[in-house]
Amino acid sequence: MEEFWEGALWALKIWLSMIISLIMIPAMFGFSLGISETYMNILVKTLEWATLKIQKANTDERTLKASPSNGLIQREDGSMEKELEELRRSRPKPPVGGDFTLSDCFYFTRRGIESIVEDEVTQRFSSEELVSWNLLTRTNNDFQYISLRLTLVYGIGIFVRYCILAPLRILLACIGLTWLVIGTSAVGLLPNSRMKFWLSEWVHVMCYRICARGLSATIRYHNRENKPQKGGICVANHTSPIDIVILCNDGCYAMVGQIHGGLMGVVQRAMVRSCPHVWFERAEMKDRHLVTKRLRDHVNDKTKLPILIFPEGTCVNNTSVMMFKKGSFEIGATIYPVAIKYDPQFGDAFWNSSKYSMVNYLLRMMTSWALVCNVWYLPAMHQKEGEDAVQFANRVKSAIAHQGGLVDLQWDGGLKRAKVKESFKEQQQKQYSNMVVGDDSSSNSD
Amino acid sequence: MGSNSSSMNNIPNAEQLVQETGFSAAHILRLYERFQFLDKDDTGQLRPEDFGAVRELAMNPIGDRIISAFFSPGQETLDFASFVRVLAHFRPADSNRTRDGAQPEPANSSMRKLKFAFQLYDQDRDGKISRAELLQVLRAMLGMQVTEEQLQSIAERAIQEADFDQDDAISFDEFRKSLEKVNIDHKMSIRFLS
Repeated sequence: MEEFWEGALWALKIWLSMIISLIMIPAMFGFSLGISETYMNILVKTLEWATLKIQKANTDERTLKASPSNGLIQREDGSMEKELEELRRSRPKPPVGGDFTLSDCFYFTRRGIESIVEDEVTQRFSSEELVSWNLLTRTNNDFQYISLRLTLVYGIGIFVRYCILAPLRILLACIGLTWLVIGTSAVGLLPNSRMKFWLSEWVHVMCYRICARGLSATIRYHNRENKPQKGGICVANHTSPIDIVILCNDGCYAMVGQIHGGLMGVVQRAMVRSCPHVWFERAEMKDRHLVTKRLRDHVNDKTKLPILIFPEGTCVNNTSVMMFKKGSFEIGATIYPVAIKYDPQFGDAFWNSSKYSMVNYLLRMMTSWALVCNVWYLPAMHQKEGEDAVQFANRVKSAIAHQGGLVDLQWDGGLKRAKVKESFKEQQQKQYSNMVVGDDSSSNSD
Repeated sequence: MGSNSSSMNNIPNAEQLVQETGFSAAHILRLYERFQFLDKDDTGQLRPEDFGAVRELAMNPIGDRIISAFFSPGQETLDFASFVRVLAHFRPADSNRTRDGAQPEPANSSMRKLKFAFQLYDQDRDGKISRAELLQVLRAMLGMQVTEEQLQSIAERAIQEADFDQDDAISFDEFRKSLEKVNIDHKMSIRFLS
């Protein structure tokens, strides 16, 4: 019995020292031993092989498979004005009593039915469909038995992911977080000086690197000459909380957010000791002027780190970019746009917060194959003369969407959570009433 | 959203639906996937709240009416067959259909499309659009953007224009007559890609 425990302890020591030397030390100093690269290569080859096998099997069987990426219907692109004009062509405009016809409802009905059959927005809040199966249980659409070897590889995959990779990753994540708290608190004790600043950056980046290893993340940064500078605001598209880890692997940013309780709160408080972040109390978040003022103060202080903001306000599934909230674009600082695109083949990074809790989501992340993503730094943008915040936000959003290969949508991310409110209908009601009663409508614009 | 079953076998009465509605088998399949997507708790039936998942519909001024149009009066749930039958109204008209008196009128004929639109106005299904019902629709479509007087005057003129028998309501025939110049098939059809 004794020998068993001794043996177990010895094995544990070996394992821990392996982790420290092979993963943590490289993470701390920023070099790589090539273990992840080898793993990724094996993974890519395996998945290619699996895809070929599945495709071969599918072409043999002519099953009725609906293609997920094509649309079902072709939507009319006409604006409300154009369509209603056409509907009214059949009769002259009456002099009094508004320009309304019984056929006006045709337009709204058709639009409504089109959206019931297929709509642009709802599909963005659920995970992207993969073109071919990537050997993960969760993306298993129909598991047809194709060959013994494929099933075997799938089985090995499950074992590797859940029994080998997951515990390792969880351990790394815990180490990373603990080190973050301890390190930043320790640095916070030092007096303000260049040394403190440099140390704080180093601690932050190191811990994020460990966390990234904890997710087997392979990140490719492009155009690093455009990296955000101090005194600016970095904006990026939002897919999951892991975006923060991804971006902070390559530089230090000041975070903005609400103070939470519990573990998150501990981490937040520790972080703010070593370098200034912008944390708000829950009540303060409602006061837009206060928020803007604090952000502006932070930005104007040129020694402080660039602020990291996700203007969509919610997690989207990484196939499109939703409307940017204009708050961060009103401050007048230099905006550094960043586009983040995950490769869904290795693991779906999208956090569907209505379906999975945070812990559940993290566990799913840790049992995926890996996380592969590309980060593009775009050149800095400023607000142009005569451009208002909304137009500026749209311009930045288009640039990000274009670079990342994402669809640029005008819809508000707030539609994800909010229940139907009367105010949603206002936009179309306004447009329609302009056509019916013209400019002498009684509404006040807001 | 991956489908749980991509074969026609899981769809109840699939062939009958193909015959009845004129949708192709592939379309029925896609619509079934959509139905399953909307049916969040997997009961095989939709309720009005399930349509709330369609964000664009929330922005449509008459979104609630369109949703009610799917449900027969008194019914609170919708199965896939009924879902598809309503959508069948919006198929473009078949150009090669022969006028055969024995066949029942297909769902996507101009008459059926008109009837669908008529029932959006005529919520109590008494065969007439009363002034009150017209005011309701106008209020939904215009929201708070017009005053009560403007609303009344719009409704007044619309009824005067269409109401031939002077009973202060618009019957289906009057509705049809006043829209006879409108290309109904074009305006009330959705182009399904094959």
